[in-house]
Amino acid sequence: MNILLTLTLLSMGASLYTAFFYAPTEIVMGHVQRIFYFHMGSVWVATVAFTMVFISSIAYLKTQKRNWDILAYTSAELGVLFITLTIISGSIWAKPIWGVWWTWDPQLTATFILWVLYIVYLLLRSSAGSEVRKAKFAAVFAIIAFIDLPFVYISARVMRGVSPIVFGGGGGGIDPKMLVALFASLTAFSLLFVVILKYRYDLEKMSDEVAKLKLSGAS
Amino acid sequence: MNKVTAIIWKDIITELRTKEMFTSMFIFALVILVIFNFAFGFSADITPQASSAILWVAFSFAGMLGLGRSFALEMEGNAMLGLLLTPVDRSLIYLGKMIGNVLFMFIVEIIVLPLFVLFFNINVFEHAPSLLLTLALGTVGFVSVGTLFSAMAANTRLREVLLPLLLFPIVIPVIASSVKLTEAVLSGGGLTEASGSLKVLVAFDIIFVTTSAIVFEYIVED
Repeated sequence: MNILLTLTLLSMGASLYTAFFYAPTEIVMGHVQRIFYFHMGSVWVATVAFTMVFISSIAYLKTQKRNWDILAYTSAELGVLFITLTIISGSIWAKPIWGVWWTWDPQLTATFILWVLYIVYLLLRSSAGSEVRKAKFAAVFAIIAFIDLPFVYISARVMRGVSPIVFGGGGGGIDPKMLVALFASLTAFSLLFVVILKYRYDLEKMSDEVAKLKLSGAS
Repeated sequence: MNKVTAIIWKDIITELRTKEMFTSMFIFALVILVIFNFAFGFSADITPQASSAILWVAFSFAGMLGLGRSFALEMEGNAMLGLLLTPVDRSLIYLGKMIGNVLFMFIVEIIVLPLFVLFFNINVFEHAPSLLLTLALGTVGFVSVGTLFSAMAANTRLREVLLPLLLFPIVIPVIASSVKLTEAVLSGGGLTEASGSLKVLVAFDIIFVTTSAIVFEYIVED
């Protein structure tokens, strides 16, 4: 655990250094483009987190093991956190580049619905009553929500016509130094995700343990 | 198949005796149309784009009302337990409840349509077949996930409050595609003008009826 923590701190430092000093300034966008490294990092982690929610939910319904439920729950929490960061960093980038904070482009629409869906997921968990029922309902909702996402994206595309914006550091050539910065950021964000997930998972385990002890103490 | 029709028939008989769900859905849809008529300043001619949106707001809100009642009804007197004790596969119970809900919502839609023509002065009858197809596809998509979530919400602490929160974000593709398709039909373009939305709608219906039927058993068993 300590090694992982050290590695995470080191990679976060490296990511900050490469994003702000090592990578060259983008010609058209200027310094604003640097927010992109963190934007990509958080959207990457959010994608991994939501995919994990989906897989653990299926695994939970199959095995009915509490561990899968904890994994789904903690991943969903982190997914919501990182997708919020994605939306905020994206808006800060969009204001100087596009001239607006927000636009109903298919990608943004899908991201927004994604954000709403997993907040509803957390709300459902807090209102479902018993532990088993909570886990089952949440798993079913997570599966439906995940399958729904492609539909949201496609229908938004059909509504608006094809999105004109090319995301990324440019379609043609990207400076290798920028790639290094991007890679450093992805590594740092991934490690950070693993660390928080680990702590959060252990915390849930402990709270289960406490609940069990309380129950045995009462009888 | 007999088992499914038995469940549908049970719901229809209950409804025929009280008529409360049907009446409330219908009146609610009507009130929404009137509110929009007020909001648009009583002008008789509005664009097909606005009118199809108004139509689907009225339908989905009325449908939500019916869905909320669908499983709350089974909770009364623990009728759900009786339903589960019958020697029927869980997915068939889902199908029965779903088809019943589709029927109720569809009938409300059929009755609201002429009134819609009356209020907004839009001729829907010349495009009747494609319009009915659009309504049917949209209704199936809306109710497929709606029936599943109705069973879920009836078992939570927040009950009916939770259902719209669960359902509306999920059915955004259905409502958006239905509005687009209705708009194409009403403006005289026909279904082919919005074939993209038609495909989305058909795919949504197939995938979500299947998925909901599979996962339904996890919702109802304790």
